[in-house]
Amino acid sequence: MTTPDTQKTGQAPLLAHDSIDGEIATLNLGPTHPATHGVFQNVLKVDGERILEAEPTIGYIHRAFEKLAERRPYNQITPITDRLNYCSSPINNMGWHMTVEKLAGIELPKRVEYMRVIIMELSRIADHLICNSVIGVDTGALTGFTYMFQERELIYEMFEEVCGARLTTNIGRVGGFERDFSDAFKHKLDTFLKGFPARFEEFDGLLTRNRIFMDRVIKAGPITAERALNYGFTGPNLRAAGVDYDVRVMNPYSSYEDFEFDIPIGQDGDTFDRFVVRQQEIRESLKIIRQALDNMPAGKHYTDVPDYYLPPKDEVYRSMEALIYHFKIVMGETPIPAGEVYHAVEGGNGELGYYLISDGGRTPYRLHFRRPCFIYYQAYPEMIKGSMISDAVLTMSSMNVIAGELDA
Amino acid sequence: MSNQEIFVQTALEVLGDKALSSQSPYGLLTIEVPAEGIVETVKCLVEHPVLRMGFLTDLCAVHYPEDPGREIAVVYHLHSLPNNFRIRLKAFLPISNPAIESMTPLFSAANWMERETYDFFGVQFTGHPDLRRILNVDHMDYFPLRKEYALEDETRDDKDDKFFGR
Repeated sequence: MTTPDTQKTGQAPLLAHDSIDGEIATLNLGPTHPATHGVFQNVLKVDGERILEAEPTIGYIHRAFEKLAERRPYNQITPITDRLNYCSSPINNMGWHMTVEKLAGIELPKRVEYMRVIIMELSRIADHLICNSVIGVDTGALTGFTYMFQERELIYEMFEEVCGARLTTNIGRVGGFERDFSDAFKHKLDTFLKGFPARFEEFDGLLTRNRIFMDRVIKAGPITAERALNYGFTGPNLRAAGVDYDVRVMNPYSSYEDFEFDIPIGQDGDTFDRFVVRQQEIRESLKIIRQALDNMPAGKHYTDVPDYYLPPKDEVYRSMEALIYHFKIVMGETPIPAGEVYHAVEGGNGELGYYLISDGGRTPYRLHFRRPCFIYYQAYPEMIKGSMISDAVLTMSSMNVIAGELDA
Repeated sequence: MSNQEIFVQTALEVLGDKALSSQSPYGLLTIEVPAEGIVETVKCLVEHPVLRMGFLTDLCAVHYPEDPGREIAVVYHLHSLPNNFRIRLKAFLPISNPAIESMTPLFSAANWMERETYDFFGVQFTGHPDLRRILNVDHMDYFPLRKEYALEDETRDDKDDKFFGR
């Protein structure tokens, strides 16, 4: 930096040269800052623009889900799970259904599992699309974001077709789906699978090998594989650091063992690797959806568990048995065995675990959510130490920290 | 003998006397261990050349008010990524003095999980670098996930909900 030319004007410079060097300032980033994409606060200690220390404060949207769940019958907990990672609610819903099914020992027909896989992979695409296009926004490229939101909209329309809701989906039931995939859904999925890949590659071409973008994100917020494991990282963030851990492959659920797909991994665990891993995972998700569609077994969209699965409405009006089951389920009087079970699914952000303890009562005795965001966000201060404030913003968006999941 | 069975047997051998009881509900080996020296116990599993349980999946607590002297259970879920083998450890603490060693020397991930457990159950993790509340407000003076705190205000008489909840 050159010193301002004071001789010419004869005035003292506004800031004497080097006057702010070595001065430590405290900067409050958040809780309501547009660049944080959610409600969390970071108190940064900065020297100029370089971050010396960071202290995250969380809990701004804590809603005591674990306590609420102790008073709710099993069916009524599904809407709570919607609000964890609200960018991919269906994965949370189905993770919860599978936990209850595991506890109650319910076997599902292949068709239901394949249908679930399709919905879960669609929501994974939606989740990753948001995250990656927002990385673009934080580097100054708004265009990709607006285009990818159009694609996300198509996915939400499909969810709407299946369950009637878009964001907080409450999709599916314990024991299956409330209705089979409609023709409208199949048509929308078909159109999506035809049109999306090309538009996605266009988005990919906009950023991935873009020199400006690469210069901006490579080496921003890196973490080594060793530190990532020690910090309990899972999901794309762990894979970006080079560890090929994916719950879908390690502990397959919902027939994931039937599908052929790769686990993309990165090397440096920086923002660029996280971005590229998510991009590649979108392609893998498309692969899985296509396989599930091609090999979709025939059969029913639910299994015969009248204790948990609501009978069709017209039967409720005509048959005594259906009426009794309907009443019992709506009033939350479903029999459930005592026991404790841990079930994990690969959520949008990593291993989403449900630790459920039942004492045989109508509500869980204890339910704990293993939220991937909550566990890996604590590495954030270490990852941004010594970097610039603008890199801190990028690192946060590339970690895909979702406030709902963080605070439960 | 399947791999899973070998790992179960090895884990029980490694823990020896420390395994107070063990069972496998829904295929997940669950072992009760003494609360004293929990870090040493876990370290045995982490550093064992075969088991290598080097990933702390989850840490939480459960409150059993009907079990005097063992009211609080601290539950650890460990995962061996090379072997794909999971284990659940439980340590029981009395509610009068719910103190247990902090797992932070072994796992950085334990930091916030222990803060959360402290926040909701009042478990004192000795040796934790920064044991403060994390999700609730700092001036809260009770531990909300303990069973004595009912979700609804029991003094309310404007609505009769005796059929709902516990």
